[in-house]
Amino acid sequence: MLSKRIIPCLDVAHGRVVKGVQFVDIIDAGDPVEAAIKYDEQGADELTFLDIRASHESRDTLYHMVTEVAEHVFMPLTVGGGVKALKDIEGLLHAGADKISINTAAIFNPELVKEAAERFGSSTIVVAVDAKKVGNHWECFTHGGRKPTGINAVEWAKRMSDYGAGEILLTSMDADGTKEGYDILLTRAVSDAISANVVASGGVGTLEHLAEGLRDGKADAVLAASIFHFGTFTIAETKTYLAEQGIPVRQV
Amino acid sequence: MSKLALIDYGMGNLHSVAKALEKVGADVDLVKDADALKNYERVVLPGVGAFRDCMTALKETGLDVAIVEQLKQGMPFLGICLGMQALMTVSHEFGFYQGLKIIPGAVKHFPESHPERGFKIPHMGWNDVAFAADKPIHPVLSPLQNKQVYYVHSYYCTPENPEHMLAASSYGDYPFACAIGRDNIVAVQFHPEKSQKAGLAMLESFVNWNL
Repeated sequence: MLSKRIIPCLDVAHGRVVKGVQFVDIIDAGDPVEAAIKYDEQGADELTFLDIRASHESRDTLYHMVTEVAEHVFMPLTVGGGVKALKDIEGLLHAGADKISINTAAIFNPELVKEAAERFGSSTIVVAVDAKKVGNHWECFTHGGRKPTGINAVEWAKRMSDYGAGEILLTSMDADGTKEGYDILLTRAVSDAISANVVASGGVGTLEHLAEGLRDGKADAVLAASIFHFGTFTIAETKTYLAEQGIPVRQV
Repeated sequence: MSKLALIDYGMGNLHSVAKALEKVGADVDLVKDADALKNYERVVLPGVGAFRDCMTALKETGLDVAIVEQLKQGMPFLGICLGMQALMTVSHEFGFYQGLKIIPGAVKHFPESHPERGFKIPHMGWNDVAFAADKPIHPVLSPLQNKQVYYVHSYYCTPENPEHMLAASSYGDYPFACAIGRDNIVAVQFHPEKSQKAGLAMLESFVNWNL
């Protein structure tokens, strides 16, 4: 049976992990390779790296970082941040990424998603959707949730899925950082509407939240940062808990 | 140490397959030249992209003929994902295309997705490798017992001869061949290079596989 995936997310800038990973036995908390190895050992199903200061100058640093990580861990790697053109995607894939997450560029240039899916395959293309509740629906926001776009988030996710995105990384900007759980209604609405896989993100504070995202939100995978980085829970503890809840997860 | 040819037909990224094979002790060369293939002890055909493009690239370089020739000579072969599908007679991906015809059968698409039932295409993520109870487990695949491996695909192989089926998996209500082979040939639908310890152990057993 297909397992639900547990994905730690690492924010990086200039090839270094930021917003502290705090494993007790890690020597250099900023070293993406060391963090990746740790998560690999714990049995993470996949890793996501988001370059939060993506700039043209830092591209080479990011490629180098991806190459380094891919030499040390043998699991699926998603990389995002500042992806604007097919050549960015190609560069990251060649560096060793398996999936590329496109965010703002998809809003400004939806055709990029279609072209990328045709050229590199649907399973390679992830579209990150940052959604916020506005009235009785959800709207896409850009620039870390600051700029509204007027685009209905569920319809947008459907369109991106139809354009060939294999996965939607769905972040609730309302829930993000609250530790009060995913926006389950949003996650469920998108999961029910689209053919692409849905990765729930934003708001995890407890293991129960992960179970809710997978069971009630019907997400295919859950992404979390702080609960893993700060050692609140290990991936192994997470999976034991989820298995007890009857959710299919991979035990290593 | 065995000299291993990793077929480079100009598509996708071979980096992770090469690194994983090196990690388990293989001496890996990326091979584009059909004539060079005979100088190797084993061959790996990786796969990313579309069946048609893969076959076109193999034909243009003459690698299709060279691979089939070496398989006949008994060179140990590992196909991964599209490199498995390429072994079949035909594929229905974007039309109807001829494969290498090493394993009789077709490559088919999963049925349409049903998001409300959680059935989505591509089949992406960690899933089982199931072995038939009444058949010995292939030595290359033996590290995968009770393990899950990483899959990413929308198409799957349907070998005509049940003897060619080495392991099965299922997605939703649909069972599919996740490993096929015969004689010196093993091919898998999943990505051992992305399947952490279990995947590396399988690659290691291929690298050390003595027929």
